[in-house]
Parts: sequence; structure tokens; C-alpha cells
Amino acid sequence: MSTLPDERYVNSAPYNPDEEALQLDHPEFDAPSWVLIWRRFKKHKLGLISGLFLLLSYLMLPFAGFIAPYTAKERDANHLYAPPQSISFMHEGEFIGPHVYKTIATADLENFRWTYEQDPTQPVKLELFCHASEYRLFGLIKSTRHLFCAPGDATVFLFGSDRLGRDVFSRILYGAQLSLTVGLIGICVSFFLGVGFGSLAGYFGGRTDWAIQRVIEILRSLPELPLWLALSAAVPSHWGPVAVFFMISFILGLLDWPGLARAVRAKFLSLREEDYVQAAEMMGAKPSRIITNHMLPNFSSHLIASAMLSIPAMILGETALSFLGLGLRAPAVSWGVMLNDAQNLAAIEIYPWTAIPMLPIILVVLAFNFLGDGLRDSLDPYQT
Amino acid sequence: MDIILFALRRVATMMLTLLLVSALIFLIINLPPGDYLSNQIAELRSTGQESGVAKAEFLRHEYALDRSLPEQYFIWLGAWPGPHGFSGILQGDFGWSFEFNKPVSEVVGGAIWMTILVNIVAVLFVYMVALPLGVLAAAKSRTWIDYVSSFVGYIGLATPNFLLALILFYYGNKYFDLPIGGLMAPEFEGEPMSFEKIKSVLLHLIVPTFVIGTAGAAAMMQRLRANMLDELNKPYVTTAWAKGVPPVKLLAKYPLRVAFNPFVADIGNLIPSLISGSVLVSVVLGLQTIGPALLAALKSQDQFLAGFILLFVAALTLIGTMVSDMLLVLLDPRIRFGARNR
Repeated sequence: MSTLPDERYVNSAPYNPDEEALQLDHPEFDAPSWVLIWRRFKKHKLGLISGLFLLLSYLMLPFAGFIAPYTAKERDANHLYAPPQSISFMHEGEFIGPHVYKTIATADLENFRWTYEQDPTQPVKLELFCHASEYRLFGLIKSTRHLFCAPGDATVFLFGSDRLGRDVFSRILYGAQLSLTVGLIGICVSFFLGVGFGSLAGYFGGRTDWAIQRVIEILRSLPELPLWLALSAAVPSHWGPVAVFFMISFILGLLDWPGLARAVRAKFLSLREEDYVQAAEMMGAKPSRIITNHMLPNFSSHLIASAMLSIPAMILGETALSFLGLGLRAPAVSWGVMLNDAQNLAAIEIYPWTAIPMLPIILVVLAFNFLGDGLRDSLDPYQT
Repeated sequence: MDIILFALRRVATMMLTLLLVSALIFLIINLPPGDYLSNQIAELRSTGQESGVAKAEFLRHEYALDRSLPEQYFIWLGAWPGPHGFSGILQGDFGWSFEFNKPVSEVVGGAIWMTILVNIVAVLFVYMVALPLGVLAAAKSRTWIDYVSSFVGYIGLATPNFLLALILFYYGNKYFDLPIGGLMAPEFEGEPMSFEKIKSVLLHLIVPTFVIGTAGAAAMMQRLRANMLDELNKPYVTTAWAKGVPPVKLLAKYPLRVAFNPFVADIGNLIPSLISGSVLVSVVLGLQTIGPALLAALKSQDQFLAGFILLFVAALTLIGTMVSDMLLVLLDPRIRFGARNR
């Protein structure tokens, strides 16, 4: 700062007339794009919470056996259709730690069923990190340690027990292993087909495009569920649960790709005319290289968002198929298989807790929807 | 004149598509090894009932199940002479249901009309719910109306159809005295149409319609809301506000008409999902539509029955999509019969 003779102030720093032109319109855009996406996504609170919830759910999968107090196939013949028990901390106004109350079963000879009553005088403290029935951690390591379990002959059925006296809560945790992964495998199949066919159609155009478009139109105009039913009816009944599981996920993905292929094709049609694609072409790059190295990365984030939005349809599809008895079958535990027990009105009326697996389904489906919405909104960070 | 040509071309493409679809369906139906009769023969052999085997072998020949797969397909379609000359779908002979032991047309006869009825009612429901709610949610965006309607919509999207059906049935019966199961009260079954019967059918349709339609209505409502919001931000709407046009007229006259377009175009996406839903819900609620028959046929490899039902369902969606295309052309003069947008 210097003062001129007439007492005006003037900045003595050298003046560069180009400086203003060099300045970025939006300096905040100078960060890598994933940072920008993250910044925007953070503002979408619902999406953020959903993402966290899903992350936790998937992280929980390998530890399902540890968190669950029982294993999926463990039966308690003395507690068929036992109602849910709650964990309380205070007993008669005194803090004694997490405990449940012992249940007393009495035969109801009028309706021919067992009624269970909690005995408020007999609190049973839950044991933490206790030993109970054996399971495999990560599906590999044998272990008998559970997060919590009821000692002795007391029971801890947080969500009640089912027709065979199996713990609904534990089975929901085990069922998540199949129900949550079925969508992931399905989406891989659908992704592979959708991106493959979509990019072929969009890049080459002409006859390839025409043929693929007709296939897409036909598949899109068919109702999904009857076709899923027909395809899964074709899965041989003597196959093991694992094979059936992979086959069902494959079937779910098989009919899902047309929507994705259409989006990919539209994107490719516009990207094909871009300068950098033509430059790559002139430098002699092969189509496969141009597609995978130059074009796909351009909208991979879009693909991820649309994948998020189609996973719920697959999860619901698996439940519907299993519910109708054509999907996963009984020794396998999935949410749809569990809901099989709640198939009639009598069950809903007398044993409403058999319908509890519905809650995780709703939560997961909603979470995927919100996460997908949030991602989609934040994917174009360069838009002001 | 143009519209007639367009309609003709559209019908022709639909027929062609249906032909391809029929081949696809036939392939899927024949994916599992063996067929109903060969399974039966194996079972009879293992239990030592040789007399039944001859009959089943005879039936196998009678229904051309002993021929090659492409031949079977064309015989089924009616484009190739079978053991009794040309007799297939094209001739109106839908084949024999082994599971129910009567002709397919008798098994599905009444159910077809019920299926069409249920789906038409569901489409009407979707429109009647989505239209006012979508407009309202857009006009009063970011108020409780908007939040409540999108919340209900999301729940509708996320709840498995079949469970929603069971729960609504239970509570509908408990609190509103709605009838449980079936499409009409048992005493009306087989009776001629009467006012009482129609009333009974309508009462029985309330819950199924609600269940089948909710997801579709939710999706459609969201789309209409988004479209309306886009329109409402445009200067011409502001001008109209400034001039003091009454709100209802302002909404209905211009923005709604523009936003309405994708609404009609969407029937094509809506119908397949509605039909999927109706199959599932029918099985759970025991409606006399083709849903339960399809499930039974698929489980016992009753191939003619399953094939016909799948074909029928596909035809229903294709016809629905075609109708929506025609409506769109009639409604929106900007759409020029598809030829120019390439």
C-alpha cells in the first residue's frame, strides 16, 4: 500500500490484467470429482443414513452366527410359537442388568395350543459372550461363542419363535445372509448383460442396435413375476440349497437388464460423437478399449446409482418367489422362506410375530431406494 | 388417415412380437427335463401299475409329446399338423390340462375374465389415486400433504405385495367388515349377473385393488409430481399467478396438460408390473384369476396350461401397451407416429 501525493491509496502489488480471466468460475470444482460427489451426497441426510444402515447390515452378515443367540436350525420343542420376549434392565425398581423373564407354558385345551406367560417373579440375567450351540464364523471358523444367550432352560426369543420352535430373531440374522446377497449377485448378472448389450448397441449402432433394441422391447413388455415363476420352476428339485440360491439370483438378474441396457445405449449414442472418442478411434484404439477405457468410466457413477435402485426389486422378487414355494427351499433360511410361515390369515391373527421378517425387508428396500436417490442427485457435481 | 395406418402397423408389430414371445414361452416351459406324462409314466412304473403306462404312452402320442421340440412348438401353435390335423392356439384349441384333466379352455374360462376385470380396476385405481395426489403434492410441495403422500408411496413400494394383502385383509375384515377371500360371495358363484352380484364382486375387489395398485400409483405419483414441479417453475405460470388466474384453473389448464403426457406413456411400464402383482396377490388371497392356476401348472409341469396362461398374460400386457401408445398419439399432437424422431 502506498499513498499518492493527493492522499489516495493505491495497492503497490504488480497488477496482472489477465488475473480475473484466469480465475475459475467455481474454485470449489477444482477438487477430484469423488470429493465433489461426497460433498453433495453428505447433504442428502436420508441417503447418508440409509447408506450407513446398509453398510452396517452387510458388515453384520459374516457375524450373524455370533450376534444371534441361537442357530438357524436349532429347535426348542417346548416353545412352539412362543411370543416375543423383551429384554428389560430394571427389576422391581432395581437395576440388575439385562434380563428376561422366564416363560411358563400352559396347554390351552379349548383352542388346542400352548399359551405362554411371563413369570414376573423370575428374572433371568442374560449372559454375555457365552457358550451355546456351534456355528461357523465367516462360514469357516467353528465357534460356540454368542453375543448373548439365556442361561439354563430359560429362553430369549426376541421376536418370538416359529412353528417348529426356532428363534425368529436368529433366523432373521441368518436369513439376511441369503436375502441381502441374492440382490448383489442378481445385479452383477444384470450389470454384465445390461452394460454388455447396451454398449454394443450404442457403440456399433445399425443392425446390432436394431436387434438388441427389439429384444429389449420384448423383455420389457413381459410381466416379470410369471416369467420368474416359470424359470424357477425349471430349477431341478434335487439340487442343493447353494446351487438353487445361485440359480435363483441368476434368474432374477436375467430379466432385469433391459432397463440398464437402454440407459447405457442412450449414453453411448451421445458419447460416441465426443471429440475424445474420435481421437482415440483415429489413434487406432480397438472398440473394446474405447468402450472400457474411455466411455464406461464416464458414467460409471450413473450405473452404480441405477444398480442401487434395481437391487430392491430383486430382494422383493426373491421374497415373492420363496413365499410361493418356487424360490429358495426350506433348509435354506431367507426372509422369503420365513414368511412362508405367515402365509395365511390364521397365522397373522394368532401368531403375528411370524410376519416380523417383513420389517427388515421394508427397511432394506427403503434404504436402497433412498441411497440410490441420494447418489443420483449428487452424481453430477459440476452442475450448479 | 394417418392414425389408421399407424394403428395397423402397431397391430402388426404386436402380432410379430407375440409370435416371438410364444416361442420364448414354449422354450421356458420345456426347460425342466421331462413332461407331466413322462413323470407320470415313471411313477406308474415304479409302483408297478403297468396298465396305466399304456394309457399314458397313448396320451403322450396323442398330444405329440413324443416329437421333437420345434415340431411340438409348431403343433402347439397350430402351424403344423399334429396327430389330429391342425389344431393349436391359432385354431382356438388351447390343449389339454393333465393336472385338472379337462381342456385348458375349461380350466381358465371364467378366470380369464376375472383377470382382465381385476387388472382394469387396478389401472383405474392407479389413475384415480395418482392424478389428484400427484397434482396436490406438486402444488403444495414441501408441506405435510407432500410428505404424507410420498411416505405412503414409499411404504407401498417397499412392502412385499403378498404381505400387504394379508395384513389389509385381516384389518379390513376386522374393522370394516370387508369380505375375506375369493372374488364374490359363494352364493353368487355360477349365478347370472345381477345387481347384487356386481356389488359383491366390487366389495371383494377393494383390498386386492389397493394392494396391486399401491406400488404403481406411488411411482406414477412421484413422476407426475416431478413433471408438475418442472412446469410450475416456468415463467408462464408466474405470469398467470400475477394476472390473478384462480389456482384450480391455473393448474388444470396449462401445467397439468403438459405434465400429463408421460403419464399416459407410462402405461406400458405400469401394466406388466400390475399383472405381476395381480398374479401374486391372487395366489395369496385365493382370487379366481389365472394366478393360482399358473402356479399349480408350473409346479406340476402341466405344460399346455402353463404355456397358455403365460401367453395370455403376455398378450394382455402387449395389448395394454398398444392401447396406451394409441391414446398417446390421440392425446398429444406433437407425437408424429414415431417415424420422425430418428
